[in-house]
Amino acid sequence: MDYTTLLQLLDSTLRLATPLVFACLAGLYAERSGIFDIGLEGKMLISAFFAAGTAAGTGSVWIGMAAGIAASSSLALLHGVASITFRGNQLVSGIAINFLASGATALIGQNWFRLGGQTPLLDRDSRFSQIELPFADAVSSIPVIGPFYIETLSGHSILVYCALVAVPTTWWLLYRTRFGLRLRAVGENPEAVDVGGISVAFLRYRAMLICGLLCGMGGAYLSTGLAGGFIRDMTAGKGFIALAALIFAKWQPVPALYTCLLFGFLEAASIRFQNLEIAGIAIPVQLMQVLPYILTVILLAGFMGRAVPPRAGGTPYVKER
Amino acid sequence: MNKTIIRLASMIGWMACAGPVFPDPALIYDLGQKYDKSFNESAFNGAERWRTETGGSFREVQLQSEAQREQAIRRAAEAGDSPVVMVGFSFGTALATVAPDYPDTRFVIIDMVVEMDNVRSVVFKEHEGSYLVGLIAGMTTESGVIGFVGGMDVPLIRRFACGYVQGAKAARENITVIQNMTGTDPSAWSDPVKGAELALAQIGAGADVVYHAAGATGIGVLKTAADSGILGIGVDLNQNHLYPGSVLTSMIKRVDLAVETAFADGAQLETGIFPLGLAEDGIGYALDEHNAALIGAGARAAAETARKQIISGEIAVHDYIQSDSCPVQ
Repeated sequence: MDYTTLLQLLDSTLRLATPLVFACLAGLYAERSGIFDIGLEGKMLISAFFAAGTAAGTGSVWIGMAAGIAASSSLALLHGVASITFRGNQLVSGIAINFLASGATALIGQNWFRLGGQTPLLDRDSRFSQIELPFADAVSSIPVIGPFYIETLSGHSILVYCALVAVPTTWWLLYRTRFGLRLRAVGENPEAVDVGGISVAFLRYRAMLICGLLCGMGGAYLSTGLAGGFIRDMTAGKGFIALAALIFAKWQPVPALYTCLLFGFLEAASIRFQNLEIAGIAIPVQLMQVLPYILTVILLAGFMGRAVPPRAGGTPYVKER
Repeated sequence: MNKTIIRLASMIGWMACAGPVFPDPALIYDLGQKYDKSFNESAFNGAERWRTETGGSFREVQLQSEAQREQAIRRAAEAGDSPVVMVGFSFGTALATVAPDYPDTRFVIIDMVVEMDNVRSVVFKEHEGSYLVGLIAGMTTESGVIGFVGGMDVPLIRRFACGYVQGAKAARENITVIQNMTGTDPSAWSDPVKGAELALAQIGAGADVVYHAAGATGIGVLKTAADSGILGIGVDLNQNHLYPGSVLTSMIKRVDLAVETAFADGAQLETGIFPLGLAEDGIGYALDEHNAALIGAGARAAAETARKQIISGEIAVHDYIQSDSCPVQ
């Protein structure tokens, strides 16, 4: 494998990892606040639909993304109402959201566009276009780094860079701000937060809103960045892979980026190297496709040590009277 | 056509005397979804044309999962529909199980041969059409590298690829054709993101014309080709209009014709194997206002000559399925 191929592979990795990064960070906010959220998949899906559908109708990808975020946030709030206010089972609520999104997108899509649940193909203006980073010409003469900058880092849609910026932002928010401290506390020990005079419910709702925002961006990227329109169930399990990545990363933002990149890399590799031969042995493509899942199991079981979720995760907070 | 009109006339006559109700035909789509701008949509177009022309009605079934194939065929047969038309080779096994249970029902399967008394198998000579678009691609490419993105890795799609390579080599001896398949299960028909990534990989390797035979996955291929400023080649339906100016041509496979004919032939249609190729106008390539400026006069003339030669038998395009291998790569 030469250097150019490697750069193209990493280029593809960045693109494919972006929806995972968004979803993983979304899950991080929710779970750090003590709300298990297996509805990431559904939130991304509904956002992907409304982003593409609105972009197709208005011709503006930004209005599309806003609609996607709005849709995803309303599902996040729904999850919040069910699991914070009414203290319902968070897993059941999450599953319900996934089913709701899968069904609603198909139903509304068929009603609006009569295309069997798809949106029309988006033209160039109603999709996120690739942007070239500045100084691409200037660095082109530098060996190794120049091609890396041009081939791999430059030429993605703006949401890819948003995802990359969201990681340090999340780290800063989580570990360097008062909000972050309280968010982490409410996921570990809500009683203490409550005793401190801070509303547990309000904190958790804010976490869910951030979760909705990030899922919305991830979904919008899927349908208006990666693909040129929405097709049914296009998230195809990405929300669940993001959850696995989150556990993998032990609920920390920077490791979350790495695990998402790893999953993205494996997906990119399975697409590009269909007939891979290592030392004369042909590796079947099926093996490449299941590799992310096998790796998750092996690494989780053997190498990662214990992944301890936030202590209050999954249990609704009941204020003592 | 005459036959159809007579049959229609007799049908209307029957209805007028309120005689026995004629069974409605049924159409079962493959997993790639009905509006894939390709294979299934073409089948739907044929059925729609039949509906507007005859005023008849038909039942349509969209599958949600692989497990529903047999159930869908059975349900249509139980409901008394005939003929039951299913598009896609994947129905082969299910139909072979179901067909003997309903000897009075006529079944039509497209893209697969099921040899039974009550089954009509319509197969297309995709290698012939792929040869022509390969020839056009070979005469259009500047880099000398062209690409092929297939859907599910099955002999049928290898047949597209093999015809394409043969055509390309006929145009340019030393051409490189990069071939990729999207996957090994039916989800490979509806994954435009993966299609886009494969196209990008081929473009990275120098390809400047990419042909897809991948259903809805191919939409991602054509989109990427348009975004990257290279040319795509559509499949099944005329896809030139999807990204005008960026789709070199489309290999047209008249699934619509097969469905329309089957519906028109009605409940007592002739069974057996019906191969459709260039000679029967079941296969072709698209020329319209969207790609008129893209195909050079030389390529156009060469394709037309090759078409005639294939029909007359002067050029024999190798069929992958006959030998399970392709003589060229």
